[in-house]
Amino acid sequence: MAAARFAIPAAVVLALVLPLLVSNFRLFQFTQVFIYAIALLGLNILTGFNGQISLGHGAFYAVGAYTGAIMMDRWSVPYGWTIPVGGLICLVVGFLFGIPALRLEGLYLALATFALALAVPQILKYFEHWTGGSQGIVLSKPPAPFGLPLSEDQWLYLVTLAVLIVMFVLARNLLAGRIGRALVAIRDNPLAAEAMGVNKALYKSLAFGVSAAYTGVAGALSAVAIAFVAPDSFNVFLSISFLTGSVIGGLATISGAIWGALFIQFVPNWAQAISKAAPWAIFGLFLIIFMYVMPFGIAGGLRLLWNRLTRRRS
Amino acid sequence: MEIFFQQVVSGLATGGIYASLALALVMIYQATDVVNFAQGEMAMFSTYLAWQMLQFGWPYWMTFLVTVSVAFVLGLVIERVVIRPVENAPILSIVIVTLGLLVILNSVAGWIWTYIQKPFPSPFPAKPIHLGAVYVGSHDIGEISVMLVMLLLLFLFFRFTPLGLAMRAAAQNPVSSRLAGISVSRMLMLGWGLAAAFGAVAGLMVAPIVTLEPNMMGGIQLYAFAAATLGGFTSPGGAVLGGFLVGVVENLVGTYVKFIGTELKLTVALAIIIIVLLVRPSGLFGRAVVRRV
Repeated sequence: MAAARFAIPAAVVLALVLPLLVSNFRLFQFTQVFIYAIALLGLNILTGFNGQISLGHGAFYAVGAYTGAIMMDRWSVPYGWTIPVGGLICLVVGFLFGIPALRLEGLYLALATFALALAVPQILKYFEHWTGGSQGIVLSKPPAPFGLPLSEDQWLYLVTLAVLIVMFVLARNLLAGRIGRALVAIRDNPLAAEAMGVNKALYKSLAFGVSAAYTGVAGALSAVAIAFVAPDSFNVFLSISFLTGSVIGGLATISGAIWGALFIQFVPNWAQAISKAAPWAIFGLFLIIFMYVMPFGIAGGLRLLWNRLTRRRS
Repeated sequence: MEIFFQQVVSGLATGGIYASLALALVMIYQATDVVNFAQGEMAMFSTYLAWQMLQFGWPYWMTFLVTVSVAFVLGLVIERVVIRPVENAPILSIVIVTLGLLVILNSVAGWIWTYIQKPFPSPFPAKPIHLGAVYVGSHDIGEISVMLVMLLLLFLFFRFTPLGLAMRAAAQNPVSSRLAGISVSRMLMLGWGLAAAFGAVAGLMVAPIVTLEPNMMGGIQLYAFAAATLGGFTSPGGAVLGGFLVGVVENLVGTYVKFIGTELKLTVALAIIIIVLLVRPSGLFGRAVVRRV
């Protein structure tokens, strides 16, 4: 797409100069946006591209975060390792969860994953020996290496940005090729896809695994960035906010993950000024309104707008 | 042995709550193929309305009637305004819309009435009743009776009234019903209204036990999902039985399986849902849906 050729480098440049422009606190918020964006991209691979509804991605986020936290806290593993390991463990967990999920279509999958989302905090509290129970695990933020003149938040911001770019490039390559086409084919017409020789069971579990891996990477990053994990931050509303983000950003789009992440990070902040309950009321309202008027989210809306503008010009 | 019976009886009591919420879910599922994720929150919201009326000093049973009627109307309105526009949309859109409804109701309740737990009165006397060696709380007995009466009324309504027949017809075969002069969309609205009213009763009955707060229905709705899955989303009777079964299982497992206790309650529901979906996706009494491709 012509728009992408200018937009992507511009966005990367903007992201790189951002640490010079804003305070550490703002920067931390943007780190959070990038982390959400990775998770949303993961959910989008599953729900947007493959059509499997997951209301329980908070569970994989939790697995990633706790994997990272336990590695750093118990075994003093350097934080850099926790990110790929968190992803790998979630890949396996997601793939395994994807196998029974094969038999569950549509609503039933939504139900099962919703139940998973509700049960996560309890499970985390139960394994108190590992997870620290409801107290959670307190970590410390890593300083910038090689004596770079950066604050902890600035360094984490850059690390997260790097991971984000890698994950987005990987996702783009995965989805633009053979595998991506197979995933979309299964979503749009499973029978026809199978008739064309697509191994439905394999691809669907694979989608689950990859999706969980993305979310796990995001979870591990969040443990590093926030330097704290506790069971109640992985409740069902986290899963719902992931879904909200991917719907509002735009299902089945890659750039939608960024828009969605900006939305779920900043809108609650603004809404909090009105009332403690307002963020969720606004989330709900946006969810419903987007379903009615903009089912392809912000990314879809922008694409439509761009197409319309360029057509008029030519 | 006494402990066993004690647990079975209190399991039946909580099971009654699950059963009625499960029935509400199934009613909507049968009519519209939608699993209403906001069912529990609709019940919670109605219960808050009841609490408000009681604060005004209204007598309990008047509050009860008014709440159930208001919930009925609320259900009608929600179907008409929120659900109708996405009626024929893909499942994902409908799931998302009902989830949107869930968070809106939850946060609006928190907004108006705060997140502080509120005690909610029971209409039944506080004295427990002796049944042989087993003590049963009168609220438990009263609650089971209310639920059974509601179920009976519902059964009679669907089985013996022309309107009930029309609703069943609309759910089973919308096209033929429309040709026979039934307004299918009106029947769907009515279905949502009835489900909401039913949910409201469940909310009123459960609030004295769990105390009123915006998140009180979260776990209960999960159990209702488990009940509906176990009984079968296509079978109202099955869902009711599933509700009682799940209630009893929950209590027995909590008592006798030491490593689960009460800390993993929600995980038990998760396990029930996943096992049933894997072993017998249509549930114990549901029929498998055959689709032509």
